[in-house]
Amino acid sequence: MAFRDRTADLPDDQRVVMTAVGLTSPNGNNLEDYRAALLAGRSGVQAYNIRYVGDTLAGVCDFEATKYQSRRDMRRGTRAGTIGIWCAHEAIARSGVDWANVDKSRVGIYVGITEHGNVETENEIYSIKGYDYDTTYWSHHHNPRTVANNPAGEVALNLGITGPHYTIGAACAAGNAGIIQGVQMLRLGECDLAIAGGVSESIHTFGIFASFKSQGALANHSDPTKASRPFDKDRTGIVVAEGGSLYILERLSDAKARSANILAEIVSYAINTDATDFVLPNPERQAQCVQLALKRGGLTPDQIQIVSTHATGTTSGDNQECEALRNAFSGCSGVRFNNTKSFIGHAMGAAGALELAGNLPSFQDRVCHATINVDNLDETCAIDGLVLNEPEPLGQVDYILNNSFGMLGINSVLIVRRF
Amino acid sequence: MTPAEIRDEILDILSDIAPDEDLSDLDDGKSFREQLELDSMDFLDIVMELRKRHRVQIPEEDYGHLASMSSTVTYLEPKMRDIVAA
Repeated sequence: MAFRDRTADLPDDQRVVMTAVGLTSPNGNNLEDYRAALLAGRSGVQAYNIRYVGDTLAGVCDFEATKYQSRRDMRRGTRAGTIGIWCAHEAIARSGVDWANVDKSRVGIYVGITEHGNVETENEIYSIKGYDYDTTYWSHHHNPRTVANNPAGEVALNLGITGPHYTIGAACAAGNAGIIQGVQMLRLGECDLAIAGGVSESIHTFGIFASFKSQGALANHSDPTKASRPFDKDRTGIVVAEGGSLYILERLSDAKARSANILAEIVSYAINTDATDFVLPNPERQAQCVQLALKRGGLTPDQIQIVSTHATGTTSGDNQECEALRNAFSGCSGVRFNNTKSFIGHAMGAAGALELAGNLPSFQDRVCHATINVDNLDETCAIDGLVLNEPEPLGQVDYILNNSFGMLGINSVLIVRRF
Repeated sequence: MTPAEIRDEILDILSDIAPDEDLSDLDDGKSFREQLELDSMDFLDIVMELRKRHRVQIPEEDYGHLASMSSTVTYLEPKMRDIVAA
């Protein structure tokens, strides 16, 4: 069938496709395992202990970091850098790109982050506490570890990439923002191949946990796998997770020229801002962001089959997003809504990119994975089309819309389609 | 600390800094940089670790003494001889 969207009006060198993804998630270290876990309802949340906060819960990744990085470089760098390096290598290997002969000056790295530097700063302060806060004991590694471009820069160092590299600080909308940046740079001709997405090392900073706890927004549950429960009446807040998801983005013309396998085409995107509150979301702006992405893509809401929601398991956040979705998708009986955080927790800067990745296989397997842990649906979140607890087979999946929102009122929406 | 104990301490620090390296056949007379590909940040790690572990202060103008194992031990011996090995 011919797709009805704006891509039909664009030349192939302005169309951008995803040709591979490398990822690490608390419940899988490649797309196949991750997808299998999502379809099987397998959580990646576990008991976790961190300095000062003590016993809590987190989504923890367990991948073979030394496969792509020396222990010496791991020691010198950051966890976010290590996650980025893993994801980039995995993505390149899966893309089929002839990496040895790729012009590394034409590769761009665009990595979304919620925050960076908290981990190292906390570690150094903890360390110099043992020396009566004498700053002569403060590490010379602190600055290169904490500069905001660190995760992307470590990827560049490791892979010998000499094109542009930087991070995109966009709170918890950063995963989508990293991908969007990659699309824009390819369209502008700033690079020929983009490694784009997001990473999170946030479980290694006690401050993230402590701040959510003080806000009354940190999840707790006697069973860690039940702790992340967006849309459920008994939700208690956010489970912090680490993770990463980086995509190989290419112009369609380049992907075709090398007969690449194409995971999805990026049809449209939008980023807007609430401008109403530091923390609380604004459903009107969120709906506008969804509508803007649809409009730019030349799409109507009823063309979307799957909406990957951002919902984190906080009462106000879940309710507001559902209100936005109710408005944006009013009367669209064919749309299904799911949530990945219910499995892995909130992977912060990686969330948008990771949550999209888990849905991409639905183009082939035609199944919408569920939102797990919804034992008692909050009526405020009861929108038609929520896929709860069990995956739902769908007839055909052509379009996925991926929501990713963050503090200071940043909203992002990405729409991809089957290719 | 005896010179042998100082050497063991430096080896322990190096094993943290260069965890992928086999230090068993380290030639004490050859430079660390030549054998272990240490860079300036790594040398600063040696300085920092000695400061943290033993409160040994090494002024910047003396960093050149840390070139090889033998020159390092010779340089540190008067500074560490009164330290009791753990």
